[in-house]
Formats: sequence, C-alpha cells, structure tokens
Amino acid sequence: MLWDALTLQLGYNASLVAIGAALLGVSAGVTGTFLFLRKRALVSDAISHATLPGVCLAFMVLVAFGGDGRNLLGLLAGSALSAWVGLLCMNWLTRHTRLAEDAAIGAVLSVFFGFGIVLLTVIQTMGVGRQAGLEGFLLGSTAGMLWADALIIAVGGAATLVLVMILRRPMTMVAFDPEYAAARGLPVHRIDLAMMGLVMAVTVVGLKIVGLILIVALLIIPAVTARFWTERSDRVVLLAGVAGGVSGYVGAALSASAPNLPTGPIIVLVSFALFALSLLLAPVRGVLAAVLRHLRFQRRVHIRQGLLALAQGQKIYEPLTLRLLKRAGLARADGVATEAGKARAAKALRDEKRWEIVRADQAHEATAALYDGLRDIETVLTRDQIAEIDRQIGGPQGVVA
Amino acid sequence: MSGEEFVPLSLTPLLIGTFAAIACALPGNFLVLRKQALIGDAISHVVLPGIVVAFILTGAISTWPMMLGAAGAAVVAVVMIEAIRRLGQIEPGAAMGVVFTTMFAAGVLLLEQTDTSTVHLDVEHALYGNLESLIWLDAVGWSSLLDIDALAGLPPELLRIALTLAAVSVFTWLFWRPLKISTFDEGFARTIGIRTGPLGFALVITAAIAAVAAFDAVGSIIVIAMFICPPAAARMMTNRLETQIAWSVAFAVTSAVLGYVLAGYGPLWLGMADAVSAAGMIATVAGLILAVAAIWGPCRTRAGAPGSA
Repeated sequence: MLWDALTLQLGYNASLVAIGAALLGVSAGVTGTFLFLRKRALVSDAISHATLPGVCLAFMVLVAFGGDGRNLLGLLAGSALSAWVGLLCMNWLTRHTRLAEDAAIGAVLSVFFGFGIVLLTVIQTMGVGRQAGLEGFLLGSTAGMLWADALIIAVGGAATLVLVMILRRPMTMVAFDPEYAAARGLPVHRIDLAMMGLVMAVTVVGLKIVGLILIVALLIIPAVTARFWTERSDRVVLLAGVAGGVSGYVGAALSASAPNLPTGPIIVLVSFALFALSLLLAPVRGVLAAVLRHLRFQRRVHIRQGLLALAQGQKIYEPLTLRLLKRAGLARADGVATEAGKARAAKALRDEKRWEIVRADQAHEATAALYDGLRDIETVLTRDQIAEIDRQIGGPQGVVA
Repeated sequence: MSGEEFVPLSLTPLLIGTFAAIACALPGNFLVLRKQALIGDAISHVVLPGIVVAFILTGAISTWPMMLGAAGAAVVAVVMIEAIRRLGQIEPGAAMGVVFTTMFAAGVLLLEQTDTSTVHLDVEHALYGNLESLIWLDAVGWSSLLDIDALAGLPPELLRIALTLAAVSVFTWLFWRPLKISTFDEGFARTIGIRTGPLGFALVITAAIAAVAAFDAVGSIIVIAMFICPPAAARMMTNRLETQIAWSVAFAVTSAVLGYVLAGYGPLWLGMADAVSAAGMIATVAGLILAVAAIWGPCRTRAGAPGSA
C-alpha cells in the first residue's frame, strides 16, 4: 500500500497531493534556510498566523460579491494581504519601539489569530453554509484538492524558488553579516523584507496542504536538518530543499496509504524524523560524532596520564586508565608496565619535561600557548629545537644509592 | 442589564477570563523582559498532545489527568528545546520551532487516530476555548453569591483559575527580588548568590502552569495574547518594573472585560444576530491596547525615559 503510494499508484487525488506537497516542501525548505541563517526562524510563526484574518475577510468579500467564497486564488490573495500587514506591524514594532523581536512576533501572532477567530465566528453566523472549507486552512485539508489548486501551488512554489535564486547572494550576505552588507551599500532593511515576503509566499501557498499552524514546521525543520550536514550556505540551501521535498512527498504518500492519517501532521512528523536522524548521525555536528569525539579525547587523556604515572612509578587507581593501557598493550592487569609501556612512559615523561622548559622560556611563548597536556611536542617544534631543549635537560643521571 | 441575567450568564465567564488574563500577564512581564516571550506560544501549542495522551490513557474527559498531561507535555517540550539547543548547537528560536510544531503535529495525529467523536475534544476547541459556555446555571441573581447551594454549582474552572492566579501571584511575590535582579542583570544575580538556572526554570514552569490552567478555561489563543500583549503594552508606559506590572494587570483586566463585552454585545449593537468568539475578541482588544501604547506610550522608544529624546 505504501509502495503504491510512493510510486503514485493510489489514484489521481493522492498523486496530485504528493507532487504538490513535494514542491511545497522544496520551496519551503529553500526559503526557510535564509530565515534560519538570519536567526529569525520564528518570524514564520507570526506570518503564518497572520494569514487567518485575510482568509476570512477574502471569504466574506467573495460571498458579498456573490461568488463561491471558496475560490482558492481569492482566499490566498486575502491571506497574503493580511500576512503582509502583520509583517509590517511586526517590523514596525521592532524598529520603532523598545520591544524585542520575540515580543513583536508573539503580539502579531496572537492578535491577528484572535481577530481571525472573531471573523471565523462571524462567518459561521452569516448563514452561508459553505464555510466548512475555511477551518481546513488551520490544519490543511488535501481531501478535495483540485487540479487548479495543485496548479496554483506548483506555480507559486516555482515562482518563489526563482525569486530565491535571484536574491540568494544579497540574502546570504545579510544573514551572515548585516553590518558589512550595509557598508557595501546593500539595502539591508529591504532585503530583510524581501526575505519575509518570500516566506509569506511559501506560507500562503502551503495553507491548503499543511495549514497555517504546521507550515512553520516546513519552513524551520528542513533548514535546521540541513545545517547539521554542511558548513557551506549554498549546500545548506540545497539540502534543505531536498529534505523538505522528501518530507513532503513521503508524508503525503504515507497519509494516502491509510485512513485517519491527516496530511499536514504526517509531513511534519516525517520531516522531524529526518531532523532526529541528522541530530544523531550527522558527521561533525551530530550527537553520535560528538560522543565518539569525546570518547577519543577521554582515551587520550587517560593513556597519557597513565603513562606519566607508570614513568614515575606511581600506582594507577583509575580502572578505566588501567583498562585502556592494558588494551593498548602498555600495561599488565596488575598495573605493571610492559616493555612497550615502559618505552612509551619514558617518552611521555621526557615530553612533559620538554614542555616544561618550553613553557618557562619567553622565546617560546607562542608555542607554549598550544600546550594542553595532550599535544605531541614534535607537532609544534622542529627537530633542531627539540634537540636544543634536550641539551638543556641533559642525559640520564645516575641514581644516588 | 439586570442581575438575574448577568450573574448566571456573564459573571463567571468574565471572572474566569479576567483571572486567566492576569495569571498569564504576571509571568509574561518577566518573559518579555527576558526575551523569552515565545515560550508561551510554544507551551500553548504543546498542550494539545498532552491533553490527547491523557485522554487516551484515561479514556474520559476528566480534568486532573488532562491538566497533568498538559503540564507534563509542557515540561517535555522545555526539556526537548534545551536538549536540541545544546546537543545540536541550534539557536533557541529554531529549536523551539522544531519542537512545538512537531509536538502539535503529533497531537493532531493522535486526535485523528483516536475515537473522540463521542466527547467534546477537538483542535478548534483547544484553540478558541469555550469561555461563553462556562455559565453558572444555579444562580438566580446577585443574591446567589451568598447562597451556599448555588455557589456549589459554580463552574469548576473558576476555582481552578482562581487558585492558579493565587499561586502565580505568590510565586511572583516570594521571588520578587531574585526575579527582578536576575531578569535585568543575570551576571550580577549570580555573583550575589542567586541560582539563576533553577530560578529561570521555575519561571518557565510557573508560566506553563498558568498557561495550562488558562488553556483549560479559555483556549490557547488568549494564553499567547495575554503572555505578551499586556506586558508589552505596559513596557511602553514606564521604566519601573513595579509600575509595569501594575499597568500590565490593568491592561489584562481591561482586555478581558472589554473583549468579553464586545464579543457578547458588540454584534447585537451592530444589528447582527449572534455573538462572536470571546477568546478571539479578548486577543483583539489586547492587540488594540498594545497598538495604542506603541503609538502614544510615554516610554515607547529604546532611548527610554520620557523627554530624554
């Protein structure tokens, strides 16, 4: 069943939804990346909630002019308008008052959404009887998606992608270093607004599929997911697009494969699964990589300390140190050094003495700063320098009986 | 309007709305100053899965398991946000966005999967609440306030939200000095021995309790609006924390009362037949108050004190 869904064998509507969701995921992932890199991810929350009054007003206007009221294009235009007003309010609040951005986001979000709910109840009492579709915009409803709706989503998503491609350089620069961008003469404020405008476009396009509450997830989660895998912004954008597209497609397919699986939430959960995998498994920033790094570091510290203890004839009490030394063939189970262990221990002690001299010498100040108790001295000094230090230490001295 | 009509139909919703507004606005002051305003937003989204899980476990709409479930979900969300922020080195806003959207999606999915057709539990209810339905059927007029039998019939939400308001006020009063110091200067607070980490967590938990109790009565949209709008508007009025809190309480009460009245009677004045959503109207009024404060408030600019600019 799931395989059928993934290969678009589940009928017209399911295929339409899957393709639409994949397109939406790609454009949301790509656009959301810039928002995330600008550290304004939650702005999308304000924008998406601010669409509700526009949807309701558009519905009322459409009905007042004798139209159907559920014309997707009209509703989307209304939602875009009110999201834009919300965006301007938020911008104004952060620029012209002492409120921080998070308070402005929360204020716009709750007030616009509250007003939208007032309008929803007004519509319910208008007695038009066809308002059922409107609540679908809260959580998305793909059941009755038409070819025309899919076309609007596809065209909107594609247009957003093209605009992102055109604006990607200034947006990246503003995201990383707004002061430098301003010094270069870029209109930072206007680029920010353009970025928000693109986010708004994606939100509006996504209203039909995932709904206004969950579109935030599609804007944020793919970008965060992609960030785990690379340090280059162009690749983050690309990967976020892929992650968003995959979540959209797989999520829509999954939801079509069984009853009672609403599309929007499933898409969000799929993208969260991708995120969780990345959080755990990503090569450098992932949790697993960090744990491995920590274990490697721990091992080096323990072996180093163990060798120093062996060299000075001290007993090793730490069981982990002993185990590591034994595994490396440097010590026996009773804590006595093997031949290899004795040699390594002598070297470790000598290195420590060399470092002591380096750190005491003003001339080696820069080198001394690199001392962390683990670094091999050969990696920071030349052979001649080490020989010079060894001359200061002198050869082995006889033990006074 | 006469007491016979007002007391049973409007008194309890008004009181519940007002208490909920104040209970959210009090911790909201500190959250806004600490730039954690969106915690309220996140909490009100994650309450949904908590309630649904509690419903699945107990199989009934009973209040305490649901409150516990909601509070549990809030704690899980806060812990997950912290974990993702630290483990993934992600900025807090994005970590919050990842967590609350995912948990909300999980809540919606669970809700669709379980058979809730026989009970009143749906997403719309969670969002707008049912303030208008919290009526006091046993009351016949003002005299009922002294009648023990009638008082026993008060909606249980009123008692809960009143207790929550008391708890939040006591928390604010007890930890006033440490809260104030650590909000404005965390480094200094730590040097004089205030444990800012647990205190910050306690503040978030208090906010969560207020949010859950208010959510139970009035829906999540008021919760977000009341966490942010009254404190933000109060911030434009003054530079002193004490005055700001007084203003925020005043604004919260004003929006609750005015919003309720406008929702109930406004449409009638305009010649429409039915009332509109009280929760939405309260949030709208709070937003209008914020707009007025942002345009004319004496301390609205970053420069601060009036007349200094």
